[in-house]
Amino acid sequence: MSKELQGSAGVFATARLISAKDLRVERRSRVLLNQVLPFALIVMVMFAFALDSDAILERVAPGLVWLATLFSVLVMVSRSFAVETADGALDQLRSAGVPATGIFIGKMLALMAQLLVLVALLVGAAVVLYRASFSWEGGVLLVTTAIAATCGLAAVGTLYGGLAAGAKGRETLLPLLLLPVVAPVLIGATRATESAFGTNGIAISEGWPWLGLLVVFAVLFSVAGAVAFGPLLDD
Amino acid sequence: MTTTDTNTSTNSSPRDRVTGTPFTRGLGVVILAGMTLLIILGIFVSPADVNQGESVRIMYAHVPGAWLAYLAFVVTGISSAAYLWKRTRSLTWDRIAGASAEVGVLFMGISLVTGSLWGRITWGTYWTWDARLTTTAFLFVTYIGYLAVRGLGGTHQQRARRSAVLALLAVLEIPLVHFSVQLWNTLHQEASVAGRGTDVEMDGLMLFTLFLGVAVFTLMYVWLLLHRQRSLALDDMLDDSGLDNALTARRAEAQGVAR
Repeated sequence: MSKELQGSAGVFATARLISAKDLRVERRSRVLLNQVLPFALIVMVMFAFALDSDAILERVAPGLVWLATLFSVLVMVSRSFAVETADGALDQLRSAGVPATGIFIGKMLALMAQLLVLVALLVGAAVVLYRASFSWEGGVLLVTTAIAATCGLAAVGTLYGGLAAGAKGRETLLPLLLLPVVAPVLIGATRATESAFGTNGIAISEGWPWLGLLVVFAVLFSVAGAVAFGPLLDD
Repeated sequence: MTTTDTNTSTNSSPRDRVTGTPFTRGLGVVILAGMTLLIILGIFVSPADVNQGESVRIMYAHVPGAWLAYLAFVVTGISSAAYLWKRTRSLTWDRIAGASAEVGVLFMGISLVTGSLWGRITWGTYWTWDARLTTTAFLFVTYIGYLAVRGLGGTHQQRARRSAVLALLAVLEIPLVHFSVQLWNTLHQEASVAGRGTDVEMDGLMLFTLFLGVAVFTLMYVWLLLHRQRSLALDDMLDDSGLDNALTARRAEAQGVAR
């Protein structure tokens, strides 16, 4: 078992194949495009109904962007592992000796790429619907925040998705497991986005420490996922 | 080392077993006596607080309850690591982790309720976004999730491995949540509750009552852990014997057809 894990080239080749496969599945099935993105947009519209004030919406726009992202992550992780468990694909990958770390990194990268598209759309929705705006400098902070946050979310999502995969009742269990863990991402990404949008006159420079929190989170859970994914799948 | 479970491979019926031993019975008597003393001291004998008034008596249940819950989660983490480490791999560690988490969730719930009642009387609010409070709430939810994962089914080994990994991830998660809530809190809130009242000199009898509470609750934790761990072992045995019974029935059926 440990022998094939030693070759790091094998791990990254696997990761590339798995992420390319996941993105190809998405390109052909268009679940993200036709189902998840519209869902995230309608959530943004619903927030506006619930809060019912332009001033409040402008104030809370960064938080709503990331809340909508978290709700969508739940759906996307379920989808990501529904693809794998449908025909017992994950079990077959493992019994074929495919390194678990490679599977983890591959699925995480594919999820991260899809999440980046989602966040870009949600920021656009915040600009259009909630009157959010940002400068070039804020845009740089926003992009780096989005990369770090989606990396962390994708790592945790893949890890807990793998944990719940193949077990009955995973659809209802995933939110309970995932949401408490990603609380630091919600806090960090929302504060950094507030700086980028200049919400309540918060300076852009105040956003960078929060980016640090996001990076720490992303690194810790990427490593934890790469290590723990094998034991989780080898049931 | 194989992952077969020595405890559940015995042939005696689960029905013949009880979870009590002379040790736990003795322990139970000590706990009952200690609890009686705690109630007498906490409610009747110890004085009311200068600032908090009578509401300070909630502390004698709240502080030991919170202590017990934290202790229980630490034990869950350590036993999960012990299960994952190959040289100490045994389903007993898994059952201790599970039993401890159950007790921990129960007492974390109790201390959250007593804490918010005390907060309502003393601070005038059920809840504040203090880092310690918020982390405690996250602990509570995280271990509810842990218990849900334990209930997912599969073999005992599947359950053990899955939940052990999850428990270690919780050890990673909780400091991060605490740190980020603290960061969020210090920037967005003026006063923190945690620092208030800690430098107040405590009355000797009050301090003694509090320590008694911690001691009695710790003993109660040991008692609950031992019993629950044994009843979980019986559950596993029942699962195994259920499979054996089904096999025997099928064999008897097959023989009946052959005849």
